[in-house]
Amino acid sequence: MALVTSSTLRDAYDVVIVGSGAGGGQAAYTLTMEGVKVLVIEAGRSFDPATEAAMFQLPNQAPLRGVATPDKQYGFHDCSIESGWDIPGEPYTQGSKEPDKQFRWWRQRMMGGRTNHWGRISLRNGPYDFKPRTRWGAGFDWPIGYDDVAPYYDKVELLVGVFGSNEGLENSPDSSPGVLLPPPALRVGELYAQKHGVRAGAKVVPIHRAVLSRAQDAERTPARLHPGNPKAQRILAENMRRRAACFWATDCHRGCAIGANYDSQTVHLRPALATGNLDILPNAMAREVTVDSGGRATGVTFIDKLTGAEGRARGRVVVLAASSQESVRLLLNSKSNLFPQGLANSSGKVGRYITDSVSSSLGGYIPAFEGMPVHNEDGAGGPHAYVPWTMHSENRNGGLGFPGGYHLEFTSGRQLPTLTTFLGVDGFAGAGGVLFGKRLKEEVRRFYGCGLGFGAQGTMLPNDGSFCELDPELKDRWGIPVLRFHWQWTDFERNQVRHQQAHIRHLLEEMGGRLKPFAEEDVFKSMKPGGSVIHEVGGAIMGASPADSVTNSWSQTWDVKNLFLADGAPFASTADKNPTLTIMALAWRMADRLVEELGKGNL
Amino acid sequence: MERRTALQWMLSVAATLALPDPRTADAAAPAAAPAGAGYGTDPSMVRIYKPGDVWPLTFNARQQRVASALCDVIVPADEFSPAASGVGVPEFLDEWVSAPYPAQQGDRRIVLEGLAWMDAESKRRFQLEFAELDDQRRGEICGDLARPDKTKAGLKTAAAFFKRYRDLTLGAYYTTPEGMKAAGYAGNVPLAAFSGPPQEALRHVGLA
Repeated sequence: MALVTSSTLRDAYDVVIVGSGAGGGQAAYTLTMEGVKVLVIEAGRSFDPATEAAMFQLPNQAPLRGVATPDKQYGFHDCSIESGWDIPGEPYTQGSKEPDKQFRWWRQRMMGGRTNHWGRISLRNGPYDFKPRTRWGAGFDWPIGYDDVAPYYDKVELLVGVFGSNEGLENSPDSSPGVLLPPPALRVGELYAQKHGVRAGAKVVPIHRAVLSRAQDAERTPARLHPGNPKAQRILAENMRRRAACFWATDCHRGCAIGANYDSQTVHLRPALATGNLDILPNAMAREVTVDSGGRATGVTFIDKLTGAEGRARGRVVVLAASSQESVRLLLNSKSNLFPQGLANSSGKVGRYITDSVSSSLGGYIPAFEGMPVHNEDGAGGPHAYVPWTMHSENRNGGLGFPGGYHLEFTSGRQLPTLTTFLGVDGFAGAGGVLFGKRLKEEVRRFYGCGLGFGAQGTMLPNDGSFCELDPELKDRWGIPVLRFHWQWTDFERNQVRHQQAHIRHLLEEMGGRLKPFAEEDVFKSMKPGGSVIHEVGGAIMGASPADSVTNSWSQTWDVKNLFLADGAPFASTADKNPTLTIMALAWRMADRLVEELGKGNL
Repeated sequence: MERRTALQWMLSVAATLALPDPRTADAAAPAAAPAGAGYGTDPSMVRIYKPGDVWPLTFNARQQRVASALCDVIVPADEFSPAASGVGVPEFLDEWVSAPYPAQQGDRRIVLEGLAWMDAESKRRFQLEFAELDDQRRGEICGDLARPDKTKAGLKTAAAFFKRYRDLTLGAYYTTPEGMKAAGYAGNVPLAAFSGPPQEALRHVGLA
């Protein structure tokens, strides 16, 4: 089994998965290792990071120095193709014209999806994050708790390779012993913030990221992950040996040709293909989930983007992992006599309760860094440290005006310059004009490496105003109805962003930082629009009852028992942690359940 | 008003008036929108590109001369690194104004009209093209554009051009190997281990 086309599909599979990213990749990995015959349908083309990711290419080797354009919306060397906020022929619409009610939707049409270019930040949700109503009196409790997911966090971290440290923090859990790879040394800016941030109440600790700080333990880890399954152990060991440790250069967003960071192709799909149990159908845009007269899912129809023809894949089980809102769209578009308001939507909750990380950022100029001895601090292609949320006691009863919290991510250091790196040089030099000539060159040498900023990523609980539905008229280039988004910030988010800005400002001031003159005071202007953090989750939330949720605690839809979700759609809220690690942990847990249920003949 | 100041002011106004009328500039060949396509949504990311590889360039010989001279006023050679024209910055600017994307098309008119203004201004003041001026005279014209708070009313458009052109030149220069080295960037090389900051860097900020 391998890459297939719509004409070489098998007649039927055990499981058809829509999407090849973190959730679909993890589900395919777990299922195929257990002998389940799987088809993965991917809307984009095949993509091989080993030969296609641009790692050492310099900005001056790209068109326009690599700046973002409508064709490459995160920049030329970002590991994304056929991707963006706006994709020709694949629109989405907004329910309102109000600027604070907009939703931005990043789609990534390529094998591996967004795992190709994410920041690899891999933080576990904590116990409070699964029980927001119990803890903060708002949102919904998930039907699972941290203890249900913890073993799967361990498994995923061992499989993909995550560096970090165990700090014994409240609600930012430790991993089990021997799971994490050693964290890399912190950079100057990170160490400086660690020392001086204490006075602002900021605790700087090593971050967790899916980057191999050393080679994986191919001798012992496979047996730990697949006990009693020698074939899976052999395949995983071989895959681990093919991955190299980080060589401490190049931004992880560019992708990793040596397999040192996680992407779905390298870590999930490659070993899954090696089992012989996986077919992957690229260039296939899923249109709807088909059902039989008994209300069971029978497969997926799709548009073959190479021929424009409609095709059909059949399976005993269907797993949607198309990204949370694409999966929602599939459910809403799967209308039938049995399911007139879309599939698995008897509760009317499909499309409801979309959340995203609550985010704002602020940067400053640290004069203490002027004249720093030149040194290489590329490191692991992204942050080595972060500021976890530690103000639990202040906020136990919502004393800060918002539920949950936020963590801070660093942007610091002597990174590869871009076209815009030095644009602030006039303001910091205090010249009151536009610098040029030898003076400009002197100021650039002084300015470089002195910038330091923080981006906050915080808790968002669901609200009734943030949802999507089918646009009543508009269809995409494939004739598939598109989504219309509605977005609403509440006082919770506004209060949180106000706190983020004040806290970051305090932190930078304790570092002696001069704040950028364009630092934004107005709360809404410093808030990033809904969806723009690309952490959008929800829309088919899990819950304790079929009346007010779409799936049970196994991400299995209440209405269609052989239909599962493996992306962010079942998330009942957004934690102050990035969602990808949790998507993978829940996908693995879901797949284990699926194997069990298949074995019992329940599906 | 002193005579010299008055003269300068009048020359500046005259130069501004000599700019192409923006309402009719579309008809002029140099400012017409480029027709080529972009690199598309699935370009090879690993390929090494140079200006002109993906879409045709714009600058004629005279524009190349003034673009190059102006780049070098902004980033001249010093003991650390070469001048902007020595590392491909004028070619980048040509690529930039020739690109078929909205942001770059917005800069196209600003840059092409600005380059024409520089030559016109230079001729009015010194009876020479900008590229024929010595460093002091080049710096004199640029100095008048580089102080937004003191820029005379008639020079606002030219000053806006200068700021944009400076920003593009600055960014383009420091994204070349020579520029990155001059700024103090020492990465983009594979290492067997990452051992953290050197002692002298830690000492510099009181961490060791």
